Amino acid sequence: MFYDALIAPFAEFDFMRRALAGVIILSLSAAPIGIFLMLRRMSLAGDVMAHAILPGAALGFLVAGLDLFAMTAGGIVAGIAVAVLAGLVARFTELKEDAALAAFYLVSLALGVTLISLKGSNVDLFRVLFGSVLALDNPTLIVIASFTTFSLFALALIWRPLVLECVDPGFLRSVSGAGTAVHLLFLTLVVLNLVAAFHALGTLLAVGMMMLPAAAARFWTQDVTRMAAISILIGMVSGVGGLLVSYHASLPTGPAVILAAGSIYALSVVLGPVGGLRKRFSPGRHLEA
Amino acid sequence: MAPALAFQNLTLGYDRHPAVHHLNGEITEGALLAIVGPNGAGKSTLLKGIVGLLHPLGGKIARNGFAAKDIAYLPQIAEIDRSFPISVYDLVAMGLWKRAGLLGGIGTADRGKISAAIEAVGLRGFEGRAIGTLSGGQMQRALFARLLLQDAQLILLDEPFASLDAKTISDLLELVERWHGEKRTVVAVLHDFDLVRRHFPEALLLAREPVAWGKTSDTLSAENLLKARRMSEAFDDAAGICDDAA
Repeated sequence: MFYDALIAPFAEFDFMRRALAGVIILSLSAAPIGIFLMLRRMSLAGDVMAHAILPGAALGFLVAGLDLFAMTAGGIVAGIAVAVLAGLVARFTELKEDAALAAFYLVSLALGVTLISLKGSNVDLFRVLFGSVLALDNPTLIVIASFTTFSLFALALIWRPLVLECVDPGFLRSVSGAGTAVHLLFLTLVVLNLVAAFHALGTLLAVGMMMLPAAAARFWTQDVTRMAAISILIGMVSGVGGLLVSYHASLPTGPAVILAAGSIYALSVVLGPVGGLRKRFSPGRHLEA
Repeated sequence: MAPALAFQNLTLGYDRHPAVHHLNGEITEGALLAIVGPNGAGKSTLLKGIVGLLHPLGGKIARNGFAAKDIAYLPQIAEIDRSFPISVYDLVAMGLWKRAGLLGGIGTADRGKISAAIEAVGLRGFEGRAIGTLSGGQMQRALFARLLLQDAQLILLDEPFASLDAKTISDLLELVERWHGEKRTVVAVLHDFDLVRRHFPEALLLAREPVAWGKTSDTLSAENLLKARRMSEAFDDAAGICDDAA
């Protein structure tokens, strides 16, 4: 019973094992990066960058078909370009950053869909929009794993200045000139992880593996390091849970993974000890001191 | 004593309008200097200039041997995100940045120093608290602990005691006097003249132009204070170019 429900799908099917590896590897770096996006109030910027990947990947698709390298390279270039452009528009024009981001997000999505439709079928379109966790092949897994490995090392390297820049940017400026470099490297990490997630979950859901575990983890601890660890765990549990549910109930896999993460988020909102609803509505009797 | 800082006909300001105008003088090593003056007199601007956050419009600042990172600076309005999930301990530990940097380890000796700094500002028992739970005074104590760890020879404080209670002020003043005893140079922007008279041997009275600079009792004479009060705050949009911009 236990074996049939939890182990057998992975033991029996190669594609399930590869999907399992994919979601677990993705969680390792996407979730902690999501934590910093959230703490810097950039959650929506992450969403925009995820969509911005689409036209780049679509250009890759136009040139080379469903080719891993072309779509990955196109996605990275487009993602970084939009991150920089949205920043520039917000800084040098009257438009506020959120409006600039919304504009980029809509244009990217429309442009991406148009480009894919020029050459591909609806199946291709569906695949770039919602991903294909169950069709991850070995080269794609290697790309995802390489990006994750790089991200983890990079994150370890910039952890202190990244935290410092979030908590007290003025202090970082007074002790080190690394602030801008750290910010740019961080944006690059965001794009790399979104591109990795794009292969598994598609452009519309990629950011889900980043933001949902992060947002859920916020409710469980007041310490950023523990928060990152918890978010990884939540990402992995939602990955495994989503795969199993989709297997047993024959549901689309990408959405099942994101829904699993969404359920954990909802539970955290209600039950989380740090600012959750339960704490708010029944805080317990007050203490002596 | 050698000068720690020397200002030569220094003008600092924003958008070509001077906020500190033609300042000359030296801050000697080990000085305990209060900068006083009305709002808008250029006090904070002067500190920003010393730290290097603001480039002079004219003249220059000679930092004799001080690199920007040898200066510990506590701004008036720290841009601290108090909702960030970080403990008091980790906030204070940031003071070790200059030594530990990106990857340097925090060893037993460092942990001892962090605990000692937290103890020195009276925040023992608060180590694990998230910074969002601190009161204004406790936050300022934590920032002083971080200053302690920075171990800088030049310490700049911008209105460090604003809206603090008497107990907190006297505790933090003890640290300032300890720094002074250790021959560090301390420059503080302050508004409380009584406090300045009691604890700061030297004062600079600023009202865009330097009004007086020297022994505190001489600087804060009734005559000087009146002079400072008369100086106008507003920038003159039609102001011509200052001839004396040597």
